[in-house]
Amino acid sequence: MKADRAAIEARFSGPLGAFHIDVAFTAPGYGVTALFGPSGCGKTTVLRCIAGLNRLSGKLRVDGELWQDDASGTFLKTYQRRIGYVFQEASLFPHLSVRDNLLYGARRAKEDGPAPISLDDAVTMLGIGHLLDRAPGALSGGERQRVAIGRALLSRPRVLLMDEPLAALDRMTKEEILPYLEALRENLSIPIFYVSHDMSEVERLADTLVLLDKGRVAALGPLSELQSDPALPLLRMPEAAVMLEARISAIDEHYALTSLDIAGGTLVVPGRRGSPGKRCRIRISASDVAFVRGPVPETSVLNYLPVRIVSITPPSGDDPQLNLVAALGEDGSGARIVGRITRKSRDVLRLEPGAEVYAQIKSVALLS
Amino acid sequence: MPEFEHLWSPIKLTLELATLTTILLLCVGTPIAWWLARSRAPWKEAVAAVVALPLVLPPTVLGFYLLLLLGPNGPGGTIGSLFGLRSLAFTFEGLVIGSVIYSMPFVVQPIRNAFEAFGDRPLEVAATLRASDWDAFWSVALPLARPGFLTGAVLGFAHTVGEFGVVLMIGGNIPGETKVLSVAIYDYVETLQWAQAHVLAGGMLLFSFAVILSVMLVEKRLGRIGR
Repeated sequence: MKADRAAIEARFSGPLGAFHIDVAFTAPGYGVTALFGPSGCGKTTVLRCIAGLNRLSGKLRVDGELWQDDASGTFLKTYQRRIGYVFQEASLFPHLSVRDNLLYGARRAKEDGPAPISLDDAVTMLGIGHLLDRAPGALSGGERQRVAIGRALLSRPRVLLMDEPLAALDRMTKEEILPYLEALRENLSIPIFYVSHDMSEVERLADTLVLLDKGRVAALGPLSELQSDPALPLLRMPEAAVMLEARISAIDEHYALTSLDIAGGTLVVPGRRGSPGKRCRIRISASDVAFVRGPVPETSVLNYLPVRIVSITPPSGDDPQLNLVAALGEDGSGARIVGRITRKSRDVLRLEPGAEVYAQIKSVALLS
Repeated sequence: MPEFEHLWSPIKLTLELATLTTILLLCVGTPIAWWLARSRAPWKEAVAAVVALPLVLPPTVLGFYLLLLLGPNGPGGTIGSLFGLRSLAFTFEGLVIGSVIYSMPFVVQPIRNAFEAFGDRPLEVAATLRASDWDAFWSVALPLARPGFLTGAVLGFAHTVGEFGVVLMIGGNIPGETKVLSVAIYDYVETLQWAQAHVLAGGMLLFSFAVILSVMLVEKRLGRIGR
């Protein structure tokens, strides 16, 4: 099973503008690893180093293959690395048709063993079948980026590198493309590295998060763990939230409600959201969680779950609220959620780490 | 009209010279343009200035140095002696060499501009799609720079057809060997053969107009497709 195989071991260091890049990480050989951080933190540079488009000193091993090693003087040129790269701008070749753009890499990678996806499958998955004979200039921004993704996939990559592929697109187009990226994650066996500064994209796509700050790795781990880590800045962001994996367990036809199993509890969301057994991602925002002591009151809020408080941390800056992390389940063994409380609430409700209370979750967003 | 029959010789010679020069210029000028567009060497602009010199130098100055270069005591004479020639000056071969140098900036500059216009990105994309540098040059850079090549080729050809001063200095006026159009016109005027001068000069006028017009139309059309 691929789960234990490390796909990428990377170590890069060198100057980047005003500061120094010094990163080292090992990322899994499956799923989506997001490189996340503020603008200028070096995330694009790290991605370009993996592709060989930039060169810093260091070492890089992908899928057991050494791509860069300063000790032995190894440095594969970009064209020798089995990558697929999606740039922020689609950068299609204007002198080639959509079909020839898609096949540009495929033709040059013929001897590299089996393709992760065939032309027909890629075209179907990305919904670009009707565009094949057009010129890139005649496509919309979203269509162009979908073709660029297909072109990268067809070059038989061992790893797909995506550098803010949605950043240049408007909101509507982003929403149009995100389902295709989710489909990639579900259907492809190769790991994806995804650079972004937009947490909402990361929440929908990423399994693993590499948090970068000023050229260094601030944290690396499963997305939801990092989101609920009181030591990290994610919890202090105004839009703090957790992404959780869920499975549809039941549909209440009478009230049109869907029950979702998550680790340590069950949530109910309005609407018929699919058939039982379907897996999905949900997002619980810190601002949608309240904490309650004592017996469950009568309330219109459907989701009431026992939790155990893990940590209460002081605010950053002049935010008057405290950040609270709680684990679902009476024994606190379930998934972690995050919330915000005032100091007054903490004192009145006697909230402290280890306390067993109820979390009232006002809304749950289904991400996929 | 027997008096116009000998007009054909300079026209044919001029077309041969311009065609050969253009082909050579595309071969020599493309790597130079590529280097000027992509290199980060600090002294590359000095090289660019040398290439551009013929734009501002009086043709007689260029011709003078070429004469020394190609003459029996210069390197041209040495090379010529390998082929049994005493000198490359006053030969068709010498004219070709002179024309290549003289028309170089008209070919290199548009091609360089075209290479610079598309930037690094298309070549980076090609590299991520497994194309080696050489492969990417042929499959991406050349097609993207096509308008620049067309402009360069047409301008190089036309400029060679119109050269006069350099030819006079290094070519002389040998019928069938170095007597090109512009020199022939000069000759006819000198000897008061106005009819022949009219035919050649009027032809050149039409030719030049057609060249400029077609360059402008082609650039406009390619520009629209390319973006």
